[in-house]
Amino acid sequence: MVEMSGAQALIEALYKEKVEVIFGLPGGAMIPVYDVLRDSKIRHILGRHEQSVAHMAEGFARASGRVGVCMATSGPGATNLVTGIANAYMDSSSIVAVTGQVPTSMIGKDAFQEVDIIGITTPITKHNFQPRYASEIPKTVKMAFHIASTGRPGPVLIDIPKDVQSNTADMIFPNKVEIRGYNPNISPHPLQVKKAIDLLTKAEKPVIMAGGGVILSNASQKLQAMAELLLAPVVTTLMSKGCFPENHPLSLGVLGMHGSAEANKLILEADVLLAAGARFSDRTTGKIEEFCPDTKIIHIDIDPSEIGKNKAIDVPIVGDLSKTLDMLYDSLAKRLEKREDSPWLRRVRQTREEFKGKMIDQGEDLAPPKLLKKLRELLPNKAVITTEVGQNQMWASLYFKVFEPRTFISSGGLGTMGFGFPAAIGAKVARPDVPVVDIAGDGSFAMTANSLATSVLEKIPVIVVILNNSMLGMVAQWQRLFYNRRYSAVELGAAPDFVKLAEAFGAQGFRIGSLDEFTKVVKGALKSEVTTVIDVPISPEENVFPMVPAGKGLKDTIYG
Amino acid sequence: MERRVKKTYIISTIVENKPGVLHKASNMFRCRGFNIDSISVGPTEHKDLSRMTITIKGDSATVEQVVKQLAKLIDVIKVSALSLGSTVVRELALVKLHVADARARSDIINYANVFRSRVVDVAPGSITVEVTGSPDKIDAFITLASTFGIKEIARTGITALVRG
Repeated sequence: MVEMSGAQALIEALYKEKVEVIFGLPGGAMIPVYDVLRDSKIRHILGRHEQSVAHMAEGFARASGRVGVCMATSGPGATNLVTGIANAYMDSSSIVAVTGQVPTSMIGKDAFQEVDIIGITTPITKHNFQPRYASEIPKTVKMAFHIASTGRPGPVLIDIPKDVQSNTADMIFPNKVEIRGYNPNISPHPLQVKKAIDLLTKAEKPVIMAGGGVILSNASQKLQAMAELLLAPVVTTLMSKGCFPENHPLSLGVLGMHGSAEANKLILEADVLLAAGARFSDRTTGKIEEFCPDTKIIHIDIDPSEIGKNKAIDVPIVGDLSKTLDMLYDSLAKRLEKREDSPWLRRVRQTREEFKGKMIDQGEDLAPPKLLKKLRELLPNKAVITTEVGQNQMWASLYFKVFEPRTFISSGGLGTMGFGFPAAIGAKVARPDVPVVDIAGDGSFAMTANSLATSVLEKIPVIVVILNNSMLGMVAQWQRLFYNRRYSAVELGAAPDFVKLAEAFGAQGFRIGSLDEFTKVVKGALKSEVTTVIDVPISPEENVFPMVPAGKGLKDTIYG
Repeated sequence: MERRVKKTYIISTIVENKPGVLHKASNMFRCRGFNIDSISVGPTEHKDLSRMTITIKGDSATVEQVVKQLAKLIDVIKVSALSLGSTVVRELALVKLHVADARARSDIINYANVFRSRVVDVAPGSITVEVTGSPDKIDAFITLASTFGIKEIARTGITALVRG
């Protein structure tokens, strides 16, 4: 037992969890913690808005597979974190958020900068805590990290009243915690596994739908082995992009509202669908009644509540994906002969031929598909890509090929504009050895552009490629296609000048007019020690295709 | 098709007995669009655990989701959807009736006896009856009571235990 303050216990407990970096922004109710942090070995990265520090923590978590930590003060600090926490919740990212709170004696009195952040974040956290005594802090931190990082990962919030930070107590730091209401290590049921094996053995047209869970359980290689054994083409979701190399002959790309033509077409022809760590979100499946209505579906997920939530399932398997794939593979490898080809693969190749070249080489020089193809050539496979939300994100999903897990980080569930840039900063902190590029739109980037200060002053150089159509492009696309071109509140005009904005923060900015110029600037940016903002003017009329209109099924995909 | 039929289900949960747990559980229902018919919360034989008994109307797919979403909450230790056949179900209601005259008063007392319920308060102009039993029995008493004029009702909501 050691006597120390709650604030000291917090930092000590974080240190024991091997936290090396905290993304945060102080305030009145967090001063005791920041006072301790000043002398700590943990690096603190100062954000300029709490939403961004939460996204930074998530970018860090998703690039590294570790827990990302963010901090904010009470009241507005805490409420500003909310978007970032909700984003992490929707995308099952392991972050721990620490907020300050008014002293316990003031709680409920509408004190200055008081907000009920426990109530506010209950539906968007995996769990939250408000320790009322300093002595509770070590165990609370241990539990928070355990909950955030195991099972289906997610955000956990710890709200610490100021007096609890300042009070001293005899602290005991537990090495592990048991939480009786939480048992994340679920082994798949052998009987269910057997049913899946029977279905997969007989499948003639199997398709694997890989979800974000493949990345979370580090099961990419196992998934690839399974696909090759079954000769099953693989579709990914936006969340799992990168878990399966997109240059593999079995890769069909991402499916969904802006899925690849072959993914959206071929998944509907599957006789057996193996859904691995995917949650059948509406943007992925389109109209759910029309999604694989006659297909036998096997669904593996560690979260029992995902099974049957959106889609009725033939063979549900609750369990860790990596473990389940091992069990499936071992049995299937004994039953199935190694094959090189199948009628189903011939069909896959034929479909791919049909759509080949239809999209990618169209348009002007700086049309997003061409530009992103060029960007891919310029970056090593290990480079980490983040995206903003909207057209830029869907172009990146469609046309920027990714080959390794944890190298594509995008706001999938919540669709948070402004996510990509701070997430890139967080990812760069986790992976200083590789280039990190935010594929952005002008609308999204403007939302969290103040993080330029963080990236410059903390020396975290990233590259931002703004596909600048001076529009809220995705909304404009819907208004063009479905609202008779009646643009409403989507024209952003020419403000700001992103080159000058970058320079104002001490970053470098370039506006480019050709692919050659783009190549030159990206090459320079890769060697640069400061953040580079590349403003690429594109046509405001540009649409993202393929597209499934809202409320329609995948069979109604429009190809342009 | 059976999954679509709407019925009343009783969900019994054992939860951590600490502040905020009721909020977390009930908030889940609101967030996900499930409707609580009744909820009762009280201590169990272990002082650090509480039992929450929740009744909902829904089809079996809905109930399955409710059970899974409750189980997902860290403070929820055990959840089960109880089947009515093997469950003892009780509810308590206090019914305050309007008493017009002496005749009405004696009628109410007689009816209360038939329902094995108790008169717990008598005042000029009103009688309060405590009825315990299955929700059906309480509904029946309330229907009867309404012929006299009901002033106020307080029902506890269902609590339940598996038989045996």
